[in-house]
Amino acid sequence: MAGLVPAIHVLFGDEVEHVDARHKAGHDDVRVCGAGCKVMAEFLQLVFSGLTVGAVYALVALGFTLVYNASDVINFAQGDFVMIGGMGTVFLMAAGVALPFAVLIAVVAAVLVGLLLHRLAIEPARGASPVALIMITIGASIFIKGVAQIVFDKQFHSLPAFSGTDPIAIGGATILPQSFWVIGGMLALVFGLWLFLERTLIGKAVLATAANRLAARLVGINVTVVLALAFGLSAAIGAVGGVLVTPITLTRYDVGTLFALKGFAAAMVGGMGNPIGAVVGGLLIGLMEAFGAGYLSSTYKDAVAFVAILVVLLVMPQGLFGRRSVERV
Amino acid sequence: MLKTLLSSRLAVLLLLAVVIALVPVLAPSSFYLRVAALVWVFALAALGLTILMGYAGQVSLGHAGFLGIGAYAVAIGPARLGLDPLLSLVLGAVLCGLVAYVVGKPILRLKGYYLAIATLGFGLIVALVLTSEGAITGGPDGMQVPRMTVLGWRVSGIQTWYWITGGALLIGALLALNIQASPSGRAFRALHDSEIAAAGVGVDVASKKLAAFVISGVYAGVAGSLLALMNGFITPEAAGFMHSIELVAMVIIGGLGSVVGTVVGAAFLVVLPQALTMLHEYEQAVLGLLIMAFMILLPAGIVPSLRRLVLERVR
Repeated sequence: MAGLVPAIHVLFGDEVEHVDARHKAGHDDVRVCGAGCKVMAEFLQLVFSGLTVGAVYALVALGFTLVYNASDVINFAQGDFVMIGGMGTVFLMAAGVALPFAVLIAVVAAVLVGLLLHRLAIEPARGASPVALIMITIGASIFIKGVAQIVFDKQFHSLPAFSGTDPIAIGGATILPQSFWVIGGMLALVFGLWLFLERTLIGKAVLATAANRLAARLVGINVTVVLALAFGLSAAIGAVGGVLVTPITLTRYDVGTLFALKGFAAAMVGGMGNPIGAVVGGLLIGLMEAFGAGYLSSTYKDAVAFVAILVVLLVMPQGLFGRRSVERV
Repeated sequence: MLKTLLSSRLAVLLLLAVVIALVPVLAPSSFYLRVAALVWVFALAALGLTILMGYAGQVSLGHAGFLGIGAYAVAIGPARLGLDPLLSLVLGAVLCGLVAYVVGKPILRLKGYYLAIATLGFGLIVALVLTSEGAITGGPDGMQVPRMTVLGWRVSGIQTWYWITGGALLIGALLALNIQASPSGRAFRALHDSEIAAAGVGVDVASKKLAAFVISGVYAGVAGSLLALMNGFITPEAAGFMHSIELVAMVIIGGLGSVVGTVVGAAFLVVLPQALTMLHEYEQAVLGLLIMAFMILLPAGIVPSLRRLVLERVR
């Protein structure tokens, strides 16, 4: 366990303190069982951590997918919505707003930022090259971080856990109640998004636009509105993810960059543009990172995602669930 | 006549040489000389990207990684291995070329967004290694770079470094212009326009892309070495994400594929933070806003847009 603790500590500052406290209190499940069981407990602990961060990566990847499908734009500011959700809630709660309202206002703020981004930066640059669009959204990301450090501050912040901090023991490992919030929230959002896309007229308009923009326009779908909707929705999904995970991983004005990169890695591993791929990819990246940190090196856990995408891209460039693309001349 | 003058290689080099010679005359204090030297260094690094992005049409969001490798080569070589600083610079450049070859060979098969993310990941990993291997690199606090001595002459002082960096930029510009006019340069432009068409007329697409990537890596590495030697100190931030983005922004804001544009873009992005020191808090917000504004309003970049304006006037 000794080698594992610092590794997990990097991943989850809080959780380890609880594990440590349990060690001291003497009711340590790990010690009652044999060596094989201990290995199993370690493994399970890493699975829990991996699934929790992975759920957030999945949400960011889902946001990428939504925007990419509707507009062929990779929005590098996607991770900053996670930050806006977390930081906004932290500061609203500090101002005395109750948690549910703080969350609501923070998510609405993120949606507004997403809509403004679409209206002021993406819409005017329609038809620009991928490199130009990359630079525009990276510029937007830098701008959002720049404004966030003025509006908020440059410190790390946390939120109180939604339903207590008593870790729940499962098979010798422990899991924080907040992890259930994160994973459950992710599943609920995915299900909600599926309902929206498959069961509502507006959702079907989004799908139609993703399938073929010109054809969608020809059947009377207002493509501009659909694109704005995609940006707003992806912002909301990212912000909710940020709110859910902040009690575990802390937040700061610049956490968006790594969330964006790993969310993108997740979307790519799963196959760009495939929502199920995004979720599976997110969980996979989270798990690989946790195992990398636990068994190999916690210092290089941020490199895991990139090594993973390099391998996936080179072995199967279309990702796990993507369609093979053929370049037309 | 004006058009041929504007696009001639000699005119570009002359223009650069005149500007480099004039700055010390006009600069009121050594502070301005220092800023100008920084412009030359970053312009040199960005010139590599001009070859990669502007000529060959391949994007890299991780070029600060090469900057970092070059910078740490002249810090680690003399301080930890007892190597001569000048030799370290050369070895750093060779190392950058090798790393670019090894990394570029697999990832240059990717295109567009995928290539952008893969290169971004490369830059991130270099920064991570430089930050984490504290025993060798001094960790996040960085390390001192020993002063360079060449044949017993101790290279120091901003005056000296101004001329060294200015000279390096001129050499870099000469090479870039020659590459552009060479058969390889034409092959680069062919694959920029259409890889399939380029392959169709017999361009070895993979090896040409790799060549452009290696050349651009060496440019950034040499610039990184000069930056570290000039500052006498280096931190892993040199290889950071923001630097990679700034390098790409220099190339695009100045004008993709234009040597003069690259220098203008570098000047713009190096001078801007100096001008904004009073508004230090807003620096990041302003930088982000400017990148967006240029991409949306002036996608061709400053120099090509100006050139078109001038040519239209004349006509």
